Amino acid sequence: MAETKERKLPAPATSPETQAYWDAAAKGKLLVKKCTSCGQAHHYPRALCPFCFSDKTEWVESSGKGTIYSFSVMRRAPVPYAMAYVTLAEGPRMVTNIVDCDFDKLKCEQPVKLVFKPTDGGPPLPMFTPA
Amino acid sequence: MSIKGKAYIAGIYEHPTRLAKDLSLAQIHAEVAKGALEDAGLTKDDVDGYFCAGDAPGLGPMSMVEYMGLKVRHVDSTDTGGSSYVLHVGHAAEAIAAGKCKVALITLAGRPRAEGMATGTVPRSRGGTPTPDEPFEFPYGPTVVNMYAMCAMRHMYEFGTTSEQLAWIKVAASHHAQYNPHALLKDVVTVEDVVNSPMISDPLHRLDCCVITDGGGAIVVVAPEIAAKLKRPKIKLLGASEFIKTQMGGKVDLTYSGARFTGAAAFAEAGVKPSDIKYASIYDSFTITVLMQLEDLGFCEKGKGGAFVADGNLISGTGKLPFNTDGGGLCSNHPANRGGLTKVLEAVRQLRGEAHPKVQVKNCDLAIAHGTGGSLGLRHGSATVILERE
Repeated sequence: MAETKERKLPAPATSPETQAYWDAAAKGKLLVKKCTSCGQAHHYPRALCPFCFSDKTEWVESSGKGTIYSFSVMRRAPVPYAMAYVTLAEGPRMVTNIVDCDFDKLKCEQPVKLVFKPTDGGPPLPMFTPA
Repeated sequence: MSIKGKAYIAGIYEHPTRLAKDLSLAQIHAEVAKGALEDAGLTKDDVDGYFCAGDAPGLGPMSMVEYMGLKVRHVDSTDTGGSSYVLHVGHAAEAIAAGKCKVALITLAGRPRAEGMATGTVPRSRGGTPTPDEPFEFPYGPTVVNMYAMCAMRHMYEFGTTSEQLAWIKVAASHHAQYNPHALLKDVVTVEDVVNSPMISDPLHRLDCCVITDGGGAIVVVAPEIAAKLKRPKIKLLGASEFIKTQMGGKVDLTYSGARFTGAAAFAEAGVKPSDIKYASIYDSFTITVLMQLEDLGFCEKGKGGAFVADGNLISGTGKLPFNTDGGGLCSNHPANRGGLTKVLEAVRQLRGEAHPKVQVKNCDLAIAHGTGGSLGLRHGSATVILERE
């Protein structure tokens, strides 16, 4: 089943803690938070590292490469869409959508690459498409 | 300190309605409270502890204690979604053991069906100040069903679990529901019926999902000296545990649930093992929920849940592990979209010998009730209790 109609995506609620993430998204970049104390990247982004609780976290740009950890095509929706967790090359798995693809050919561990989709009056959302 | 043997379940009640157009939310809470107290042989004046969760109106305990005219010295409104009420049984035992109350009342009520709520298929924002996760999840369209479906998809990928195996869980629930006059779905279904029902979100079909119902239920947990004076079978709490499973900062693992931790802790506290259990109430928002929790609680190896549930192994009288003999959330009732409380109710019925004769487990003296609340694929609260007929 190919994706045909466009979904209207709600704007994400931004906050001072994550404004840089959304500013970067508006420029077509995906940022990941990385801790300079323990060296681990996490998602969703926080000021304090959820692994070691250090406040020494910094933004790093994702390569935009990843693989599908799991997915589900929401058939019972006005416009069907593919929910997914993508494992980023940087480590963390993030909630996202797989777009611009044949839903019936999606597979776990399939390589994907970053794309952005516009939202209704907010910054665009990072999504993924088969690489 | 352990809660083992420190508290008993003395009263239970499940509202018979499945569509509550003519009842208010507070009224259902009060009706189930009245039913459970009458079942125990107690009155509302005996209640000195009250427990409720996010389904209660207004400010939870404050609103409901006033509405019901209670006078309590201990309250707890911990909300872990549908698992809250299993967790509340454990918390009630802790409060009783600490001398904070002697008669604890737990209520649940809701009317999502009367309100026409699209429970499983529409993404919902909680409103108000967003939770920290919300901007990174809600715009993508997470629904109840598609997040559980992703757990099923990964389980199939890693372990070869099939839709037919998942379907057996619904089949077993339907075999039990045919004997429950209050069950929403009373027809026995086959594996073919389940896998041929419409796909909602791959790989979960319509019949992999639980029902959407109005109603509620209540539980009365009492101190040992109160239980000794009552004329009801004595159902003793042996073990209780709770856990919050998260995305772990991005180290997401959809192949297991918090039951891995609550099961181990509750079995250790109770001093029993999974093979001792005669009856299991297992949270059944979806078929995959049951399968993963059975693995995580230790009833079978991780990844072998598909083989374990197949061929009627969960059907009372046929299988090795009778489960959800009231028809569960999959067929009978999932009041307020929160199925934890009814899990405890059927476990107590089984231990009392008050389940329907067609599904009553012989010599049922040890049972488990387990709940999962929130979203299995995002973040969820798990709670387990182990109960014994004394």
